[in-house]
Amino acid sequence: MIRSRETRWSLFAAAVGVVFLFAAPQVFELFTIINLTTVLALAILALSLALVWGYGGILCFGQTMFFGLGAYAYTIAAINIGETTAPIFIAIFVAAAFAAILGYFIFYGRVSDVYLAVITLTVTLIFYSLLRSTSGPEYKIGNALLGGFNGVTSPPLNIPGDPSNVLYPEDMFYVAMAALILAYLFCVWLTQTHFGRVMVAIRENELRAELLGYDIRLYKLALFAIGGGIAGMAGVLFANGIGRVTPDIFNLYNTALTIIWVIVGGRGTLIGPVLGAIALFYLTSGLGTQASINNNLVLGIILIVFVLLVPRGILPGVIGIWDRAQSRSKLLRSEKRMRRRRAPRRPEQEAANDG
Amino acid sequence: MDLAIALALQIIYGIANLVLISLGLAIIFGMMRVINLAHGEFIMLGGYVVVISTNHGVNLWFAMLILAPVVVGLIGVIVERLLIRHLYGRMVDTLLATWGLSLVLIGLITTIFGAQTATTISAPLGAVPIGEYSTSGYELFLIAVAIVLSVVVYLALKFTRIGLVARGTMQAADMASALGVSTSKVYAITFGVGAAVSGFAGALLAPLTGVLPTIGATYIAKAFITVISGGTAILAGTTSASVLLGGINGIVSFGIGPTMGEVALLVAAVILLRLMPRGITGRIFRKSL
Repeated sequence: MIRSRETRWSLFAAAVGVVFLFAAPQVFELFTIINLTTVLALAILALSLALVWGYGGILCFGQTMFFGLGAYAYTIAAINIGETTAPIFIAIFVAAAFAAILGYFIFYGRVSDVYLAVITLTVTLIFYSLLRSTSGPEYKIGNALLGGFNGVTSPPLNIPGDPSNVLYPEDMFYVAMAALILAYLFCVWLTQTHFGRVMVAIRENELRAELLGYDIRLYKLALFAIGGGIAGMAGVLFANGIGRVTPDIFNLYNTALTIIWVIVGGRGTLIGPVLGAIALFYLTSGLGTQASINNNLVLGIILIVFVLLVPRGILPGVIGIWDRAQSRSKLLRSEKRMRRRRAPRRPEQEAANDG
Repeated sequence: MDLAIALALQIIYGIANLVLISLGLAIIFGMMRVINLAHGEFIMLGGYVVVISTNHGVNLWFAMLILAPVVVGLIGVIVERLLIRHLYGRMVDTLLATWGLSLVLIGLITTIFGAQTATTISAPLGAVPIGEYSTSGYELFLIAVAIVLSVVVYLALKFTRIGLVARGTMQAADMASALGVSTSKVYAITFGVGAAVSGFAGALLAPLTGVLPTIGATYIAKAFITVISGGTAILAGTTSASVLLGGINGIVSFGIGPTMGEVALLVAAVILLRLMPRGITGRIFRKSL
């Protein structure tokens, strides 16, 4: 019953996405459309964390590390190869492979979730300082200068097999939106498979899942790598949206952002964090124009308020209220029926209830 | 020979530096099993206390050794009362709430003092010659401070009544509470002491690094990984992990460069945690403090 409702809503969300894909370029101005590529890349990043954390219960504080690795891998590969189709796959592979290697140490060491959070965060910050220190001409991979603090200019995507046919920034919107819809449907499908169900079982009770015979280390590792791959793909789109990659992708602020998207949108849903990412992007870019209010301050307050008061996030909270209202009205209706039937037989109890 | 001494001093300073920036976090983690993600900001606040008070004519040593720990410690107690105590037993939520606190503190300091702080203080104590090399007298002072601080924490935990209560609460909070210890008060004091030590570290490092609202980020990676590698024993964990990771960091930094030193530190820590998932003191030195 719940499963079918989930599927129905997911398909509805995907359909809304498809409508948006075709309608947005007709409705919005060019600037907004170009900007949307970046927003959608962040939304896919949020989706990857929603999968890893919300469904797998893996508290990854370093999802931006895979995002940044994807962006860097794409850019470096594209500069060296001279076209961009293979680099997309290279980027996804690099991000997923790094997630798998890191995941091996974490999951096969049976590190607890708080340790996992801190390790992933630390690795991300080390990438930040490592890439910041690559400003000299000696730091290059093939033809690509890493450029330290300033980063590298990313070549734009081209039509597969035709390197001279480069996509315009407004065309990137279609690619990014399609990628978001496909990634979303993939995640929905994944959570409905046997693998996804086992992941939820592990999230709910690790010991019980293990006693049932599932190798939880392998399951977690697989999900972590898949999440890393999706984040890497988001990084490719981000590099295209911004036009360059800089070490700032790995900084603490961006890492905090990804966590806040998922907290605000709601753990245990896929679409919630996606919407959270889009909403918070426009909130922070709106605030950014007003110098008096500091973004860190606002985000910090949002995070604290949600952890203390709305720990489940907006979407699960709304679903919960909706379900309660539904069941209450059902209960009221059946109660009324019962009362009508019982009323003639027990008048004194009825009076006591009313008093 | 002089080079060897200079290099050894440099590595010992790296270890002392790790002890200083990790000890406050280790106290909170060891006692409460809470990883305080606002740790870097407590360090940052300690630095700001020193810079602001010396700019207003306060003696540098008084600001560093007394004012900064007291102010940041009080902030720690307030934070525990307002935020952390609502989240006991919910480790993940505590992590997230302290991260929120970290962002709030960065935001507040940026709003009040701006994103850059122009006025800095220069390190006192001049240079100390070692043969044809020389080392900073202030770094030697920091090594001494790290040693003294560790000894003080050890003596306080081992020989005072408060230390006994703290150790009891650390081992079995419900039992301590059944024996009449107010664990809530112990936790509040612990958080305050942890914050004070962090603020102290920030104050001591401020003359070397300057202060920025976001400077916490440069410390937390190393502090977190040191504390986690060390495990839950406050002193044995911090010092053993600092010696191991600081040593690796120092040697690789000397051989290749400071950034690769940090990478080596991290790789060593990840491999260490694969072998000892509960840290060094989860496997060896188990009964230590």
